[in-house]
Amino acid sequence: MSTTEQDHRIIRPYGDTTGDGMVQLSFTLPLSSTTRAQTQIAEGAAAQLANKMGMDPAMVVHAKAMGPDFTFFVVYGRVNHLVDVDAVQVVERDFPLLTPKEVNLAVREGLRRRLTIVGGCIGTDAHTVGIDAILNIKGFAGEKGLEYYREIRVVNLGAQISVPDLVASAREHQADAVLVSQVVTQRDAHLLNTKEMSAAFSEAYSEADRPLLIVGGPRFDEMMASELGVDRVFSRGTTPAEVASYLVHALVSQRKQDR
Amino acid sequence: MSAQPKLGLDPEAVRKARELARTAGQPIVELAQQHTTVSVERATLRLAGLSGADPDGTPWVNRLVDAVRGDVDLDHGVALPVWDALLRGDAADLHELATKASVGSARFRIPEGDDAKRAEAAAVEPIRAGIARIDERRVERERLIATVGDAPRTPWIYLIVATGDIYEDIPQAQAAAREGADVIAVIRSTGQSLLDFVPEGATREGFAGTYATQENFRLMRAALDETSKELGRYVRLTNYASGLCMPEIAALAGLERLDMMLNDSMYGILFRDINPVRTFVDQRFSRQVHARAGIIINTGEDNYLTTADAVEAAHTVTVSQLLNEFFGREAGLDDWQLGLGHAFEINPDVPDSFRMELAHAMLARELFPDAPLKWMPPTRHMTGDVFRGYLLDGFFNLVGALTGQGILLVGMMTEAVVTPWLSDRDLALQNVRYVMNAVGDLHEDFQPAPDGYVARRASQVLGESIDLLERIIAHTPSDSAGGLLDAIADGTFGLMKRPADGGRGLDGVVRKAEGYCNPATDVLEGAR
Repeated sequence: MSTTEQDHRIIRPYGDTTGDGMVQLSFTLPLSSTTRAQTQIAEGAAAQLANKMGMDPAMVVHAKAMGPDFTFFVVYGRVNHLVDVDAVQVVERDFPLLTPKEVNLAVREGLRRRLTIVGGCIGTDAHTVGIDAILNIKGFAGEKGLEYYREIRVVNLGAQISVPDLVASAREHQADAVLVSQVVTQRDAHLLNTKEMSAAFSEAYSEADRPLLIVGGPRFDEMMASELGVDRVFSRGTTPAEVASYLVHALVSQRKQDR
Repeated sequence: MSAQPKLGLDPEAVRKARELARTAGQPIVELAQQHTTVSVERATLRLAGLSGADPDGTPWVNRLVDAVRGDVDLDHGVALPVWDALLRGDAADLHELATKASVGSARFRIPEGDDAKRAEAAAVEPIRAGIARIDERRVERERLIATVGDAPRTPWIYLIVATGDIYEDIPQAQAAAREGADVIAVIRSTGQSLLDFVPEGATREGFAGTYATQENFRLMRAALDETSKELGRYVRLTNYASGLCMPEIAALAGLERLDMMLNDSMYGILFRDINPVRTFVDQRFSRQVHARAGIIINTGEDNYLTTADAVEAAHTVTVSQLLNEFFGREAGLDDWQLGLGHAFEINPDVPDSFRMELAHAMLARELFPDAPLKWMPPTRHMTGDVFRGYLLDGFFNLVGALTGQGILLVGMMTEAVVTPWLSDRDLALQNVRYVMNAVGDLHEDFQPAPDGYVARRASQVLGESIDLLERIIAHTPSDSAGGLLDAIADGTFGLMKRPADGGRGLDGVVRKAEGYCNPATDVLEGAR
């Protein structure tokens, strides 16, 4: 088997020439730049930081005093690091992407009833933009949301749903899947809320009956599903079709195989 | 402010829109007049001077109102049973009465006849004194603005501080003022709007914001007074009279000389799932207090556009502004106190998005010529591409400069990424300054073509607003308040469905009985 460049890719950042390694960086240092001498020291300090970060040469192209105590910098320069693309790990989409028509067909044939999902923002999070992008018929990125899918019944609970209310609602509607969106991340609120949610579902359901738990939000790491106790984590840029396709994969296709 | 009409709006349509807002709003005012809430009653006690909390942190006003409610309900208001108990010698003052009531050693009754008259007379005095303190703080503000100086121009530059710790907020707010902010807003801790009490004392722990407490208000106002003197311009302080404790927070804001308060007629209903009746009752009282205190309210129309499409839903903003204007004026606010909100939230990929933003902003300006409109930056279409975000904020600032906005909330290029860094704020203020400076008085030269895109779009949105108001009024009344409550229940605003008998805080709503007495309302409404 021949080893192609695609198999072992080692790359550097690209400025305007292959392999030039050029990057840009901006940051603030707690240093004054009110006098000429202070500015020189501050710029030197910025260059030193950039050097330590692997930029060599580092060009401090902009230094601006912000009030009496701080200076803001923009630095351009070459980094000496090499990137081994093969060492990058990602969660690859392990299910086929389906059109709404295919999703409807798969649900109809596989489940012989509509698939029910209950969604909302838990905790004090009032940002419904994520859950609405996935659930509302309006959708996201030109794709219609799950309400548009004839074979999917959507119960969107909206913002600031308590975990007990979410569990109760999942029971009431006999949810096949529960979708939770978390935008606020201060003090890891999104992680803590998600763990609380998954724990509550484990408590309330037997493992076999538990609805599929899906959590999403711009700051989630897709690798964290098992740590958070959920079935799937979706991160920034996820579209409704991806979520619908995953639902079919997990609730229809896989279940068929399990039997 | 741009007084010259430029859009050629049909004056008949403008008049009709206002008239429809009144028709839709009037039943809500009547509903509000027929009810009181636990928070209105607690605010009344706060105005009478009751403050502080028990060792568990439960405010004495909550203790006392709960005790009264347990004995005799609140349908006569808290004033009669409380001052009746004081006159009967149950306790020497409100604080002692609350302490006793919380352990069950005070009993309340509804006084009748002369007893009722005496209780009412006894209640009026301290409540009037509390409102007189609010009057003093208002005079104090006017004096400070006269001696120290005012913000040098409009729009006022509005910056947000949100650390969770009041002692961290203070130096940040002072730094923001030195960097050019004319208005400092202290964001509240996530979830405070759903607390049915106002926390006490200086607080150092909060989630994504700092608790609104009387002591935090006092500390921040004192610090900004210092900075105002240093800078030679009065720096205004903003907080939130929203959520379940609107009336109380309004009272505290008046007592501690806050200058602007976020206070929307429907935000709590739609975005916090607070009961509609609770919200409208609380809102009316809180606005009466704001009117008295000389506080400028900021309404929350920007929020509609974070959940609905900013082009399709543009008219819901106008409708909400018209309703906020009606409710605000009814509660006694002058036009200069109506910081009606709107936002730059159209998807930048939509062709002519900037022209539409301009049309919407000019429409708001012309509909409400004497209101200091609050112009809110893009959030929904801000991404991790901070460079693109910086450009978008520049265009937002351009609309602000061109359309005479009163209050400009500074947009941060890292909106979708982090809570603003020092450098984000500095870059954002550079953006504002460049645009203001470069644009100058361009609005004098700028006149959209009489039948051009901008003028037509503005007329279209006004027309859609009239249609929506007509549909709201035509909603089959489910009860006495009818139209607007049903429209809210149907998801007309921001796509959220909020029935009048659902939502948080419903159990704190009480229908007033014959003989209900609240001296605070009487004084605020000028009846006393």
